[in-house]
Amino acid sequence: MTILQLRVSEHQSSLAKFEEVGIRPVAISVDTPELSRNLAEQAGYSFTFLSDPKADVIRRYDLLHASAGTNGQDIARPAEFLVDSSGTVRWVNLTENYWVRARSDQILEVAKTLR
Amino acid sequence: MNARRFNWPIWAGFLLSLIAFLSYFFVFVWFPVTRDFPWANLLLFAIAAGLLLVGVRRAFSTGQSSREDSPPKVGDRPRPRRSKIAATVLTTLSVAIFGFFIFSIFIMARRLPASHSAPRISQRAPDFTLSDMNGRPVSLLDLLTSPVNGKAPRGVLLVFYRGYW
Repeated sequence: MTILQLRVSEHQSSLAKFEEVGIRPVAISVDTPELSRNLAEQAGYSFTFLSDPKADVIRRYDLLHASAGTNGQDIARPAEFLVDSSGTVRWVNLTENYWVRARSDQILEVAKTLR
Repeated sequence: MNARRFNWPIWAGFLLSLIAFLSYFFVFVWFPVTRDFPWANLLLFAIAAGLLLVGVRRAFSTGQSSREDSPPKVGDRPRPRRSKIAATVLTTLSVAIFGFFIFSIFIMARRLPASHSAPRISQRAPDFTLSDMNGRPVSLLDLLTSPVNGKAPRGVLLVFYRGYW
């Protein structure tokens, strides 16, 4: 597991707590389904991975980090959204520094207030 | 006298600078307390700076100033030029490592798009349909309605990440 998967791995370690409060974590990136499957199998991730290879959804959410991939491809900037069952955004984290992330505990606190 | 000739603080300071740099990515990044702000690494860099300072003083001392009260011994003669060059090179490298660390953590990592039009609190999350890792199409509505732990979900946490790059 590399540092770059850290953001995802953290949510895996809190998966049980998320599911307990009825929250479904979903990871979205430009990786192909095959690549995500390999990653999930290797690292033992059990939540949903969605593949946005053309970055259409990433663009719709205004999260495109142009030419920032290793081979200069467009990728997603790190971002997290907590969406309630009506489809409304209830919490957002758009970090300004790649190394500073939302902690699972913070997200769980907000999750508990959702109806 | 060999112990005095070997300028260990310079080498220790240089090694510690390397460790201070690498330990962020291999150790401290795994703990939120030491990741969000790299204080543990900055502390290691500070100790390294202290060692380097002591080492530079040793390398450039004349060998007499500190021992004026005792007669000069063989091992106390002025340090050879090699030692001064080593001290200069290792200190410069350490400063460069520190500079690169600051650049990576505080400047490079902030080069992220502003995302002014990203969905905000109380807005509707734009709908989408994407393939899951088995190639099946999954929509946001599916995610919001299919049960979690046997019950209707309270919500979905969308985690956008850079991918395996």
